[in-house]
Amino acid sequence: MTANTWLQFAVYIGVLVLLVKPLGGYMARVYQGERTFLDPVVKPVERLIYRLAGIDPAVEMNWKAYALAVIIFSVVGVIFLYILLRLQGLLPLNPQGFGAVSPALALNTAVSFVSNTNWQNYGGESTLSYLSQMLGLTVQNFVSAAAGMAILVAFIRALTRQQTANLGNFWVDMTRSTLYILLPLSFVVALILVSQGVVQTFAPYQSVNLLQPSSYQQIKTNANGVPVKDASGNPVMQTVPLTQQTIPLGPAASQIAIKQLGTNGGGFFGTNSAHPFENPTPLSNFVETLSIVLIPAALCYTFGKMVGDTRQGWAILAAMLAIFIFFLIWAAHFEQAGNPALTQLGVNQTPSALQAGGNMEGKEARFGIADSVLWETATTAASNGSVNSMLDAYTPLGGLAALVLMQFGEVVFGGAGSGLYGMLVFVIVAVFVAGLMVGRTPEYLGKKIEIFEMKMAALLILIMPITVLGLTALAVSIPAGTSSVFNPGPHGFSEILYAFTSMTNNNGSAFAGLNSNTSFYNLTGALAMLVGRFWLAIPTLALAGSLARKKKIPAGPGTLPTHRPLFIGWLIGVIVLVGALNFVPALALGPVAEQLIMIVK
Amino acid sequence: MNWAKATLAYLRPTLILFALLVVLTGLVYPLAITGIAQALFPFQANGSLIRSSTGGSAVGSALIGQSFDNPKYFWGRVSDTSPYPYNGASSAGSNLGPTNPALIQQVKQRIADLKKYDPGNTQPIPVDLVTASGSGLDPDISPAAAYYQAGRVARERGLSVATVDALIQQHIQGRFLGILGEPSVNVLELNLALDKLK
Repeated sequence: MTANTWLQFAVYIGVLVLLVKPLGGYMARVYQGERTFLDPVVKPVERLIYRLAGIDPAVEMNWKAYALAVIIFSVVGVIFLYILLRLQGLLPLNPQGFGAVSPALALNTAVSFVSNTNWQNYGGESTLSYLSQMLGLTVQNFVSAAAGMAILVAFIRALTRQQTANLGNFWVDMTRSTLYILLPLSFVVALILVSQGVVQTFAPYQSVNLLQPSSYQQIKTNANGVPVKDASGNPVMQTVPLTQQTIPLGPAASQIAIKQLGTNGGGFFGTNSAHPFENPTPLSNFVETLSIVLIPAALCYTFGKMVGDTRQGWAILAAMLAIFIFFLIWAAHFEQAGNPALTQLGVNQTPSALQAGGNMEGKEARFGIADSVLWETATTAASNGSVNSMLDAYTPLGGLAALVLMQFGEVVFGGAGSGLYGMLVFVIVAVFVAGLMVGRTPEYLGKKIEIFEMKMAALLILIMPITVLGLTALAVSIPAGTSSVFNPGPHGFSEILYAFTSMTNNNGSAFAGLNSNTSFYNLTGALAMLVGRFWLAIPTLALAGSLARKKKIPAGPGTLPTHRPLFIGWLIGVIVLVGALNFVPALALGPVAEQLIMIVK
Repeated sequence: MNWAKATLAYLRPTLILFALLVVLTGLVYPLAITGIAQALFPFQANGSLIRSSTGGSAVGSALIGQSFDNPKYFWGRVSDTSPYPYNGASSAGSNLGPTNPALIQQVKQRIADLKKYDPGNTQPIPVDLVTASGSGLDPDISPAAAYYQAGRVARERGLSVATVDALIQQHIQGRFLGILGEPSVNVLELNLALDKLK
């Protein structure tokens, strides 16, 4: 690792931590219904929405009603997006004249965006109309993030209240998340991105004249599109002159801002944020990488503020940062070390003032190693899933960092809202295990942790690995699964493991060599994404319902302090231990085996 | 609770709320950003197109790389778009894993192409010149990759290496604030400048 790499990491983490308190404090005000500086503009809009929709913001919901509201809202979202994608050929704002998206791909994409996964089986610039990007993807980028944040807030309320069934009003939490937090932040980020060169227009794609015209070979077809064969049955090739280049355009900046802020990640363009029109400069890259982690990190402070003890929030953030920084340095080390096979060919991978060096396959020159691995770890720690470099081309252990961060259950930052409620489940497990060791009734923030809470927590922790490993085992056992693999050997296994890890954890990044736009992967993937989102959200709300009913007991001399370094270390230990027990065998078959092959060759 | 009844009761507020949020986040927001972007940053918002001084259609985008394999020009990153490199209509990254024999084959082929026009160049080859970019449209190469090609370009154009080196020097885009990103050279802009030298 170079001195500049260390400096870039330090600047990034420094700026992030500085923003946690102001944004986190603001979000706490939003969720507690207090006045904010945006009230003069936003409050009238908020009131109008409630009036039109017939929502009484003072009416609260119990956990079942809250879960029902979440599910109905999501089902409406899936149906709307599916229909929109199927009908896009008939709808306006489609300058390239794209036809309907195929049923399996439309279903996968609809589930993917509603579940805040944003697994990308479509190539944006070659599949989706401007209208689909805006009304479909941009909308879900907002509301799926807002839904995650709403569930978190309901969970936090359960910890602050006692002897009640009420967790708040889902529609209000969702509306306030969108209006007061996601929209204003997106506005600012979108305009910064445009200033750097991210496109934002409704004009059709442009053509430019190539400086060096060339030509390419393609198979000659007759009028019916059937390849023409020569006498010996081989396809006839024809030379096509190439004098122009297509420049894709669209309303990209507005979508990319919320794609990052809402831990969504689905690209406007096929290659996501590696595409120069999504992420043109080091500054745009910095702002986007920051946006990926910003809300999940700041929500830790919001949590502390709402439970009346900000130390609790900082403690959780410290645990997240510790794991994040470890894997950041890990990935940077292995990517900077490069690929030994290329060194043997006389290629220079040593970093210097004139080049980034390292494993540059699949990476952009303007980002080099430091910005690429920073993005890799930020986007897989948070369940964002966007990429600014192709993870499939990473060194085995460099790519392992991305896999492991997701396999921890997306609790290191994690999704907007969903990351922190996942983390709080781990806190409950950590408190419970610690309580067993010292022989005291475990409690967290004055709430006793009892049988029902532990059942839900165990369920929450086990659903993910069972789904990931089960579907991976299925995929490697049948041709429909293995025929999509692109890279040979253990790397091919990693591609499949990565796909189901990413989809079940609602991340959305990929080892993109895997051809996952097939019926098998579209359908099993949709299943994994639904399980990952809703089979976790519902037990989380059930847990919240149970906690809200309990009395709060005052802290006594026997209470385990949950804000000290000892507990932070213990929490990290629990997360790592659970993750390792679940996934070490699978990791040994994939990245670890490949690393051994790479260095022995 | 009565689930069927509750579902029906929740359907109306959900549908209206969803419709309003669609209008707000899917129409009002992108339209507002487009309006402001077109007013404040028209060049960037419309694709950073480079117009030639004589007018006419654009010669390229400052942000989208073009394919070069003529030895008179600087070459950019390897591009894995199909059916031809640097296809702007279909960005595609390299997904070749580090132990994939196809990767080694791609790198060997690229080295052979470079050596064909520059057999006397014995410097080690900068890694970004033989590897594929993430987008397939990477507009940049590292300064090292540009300097590596200076001898070939100078010879093919009858220029001195010093002249070409100086041109590269002028086109190095440093790190943002000296910290963020990597120093880089925009290949299209460098080649346009080369053509202007004559």
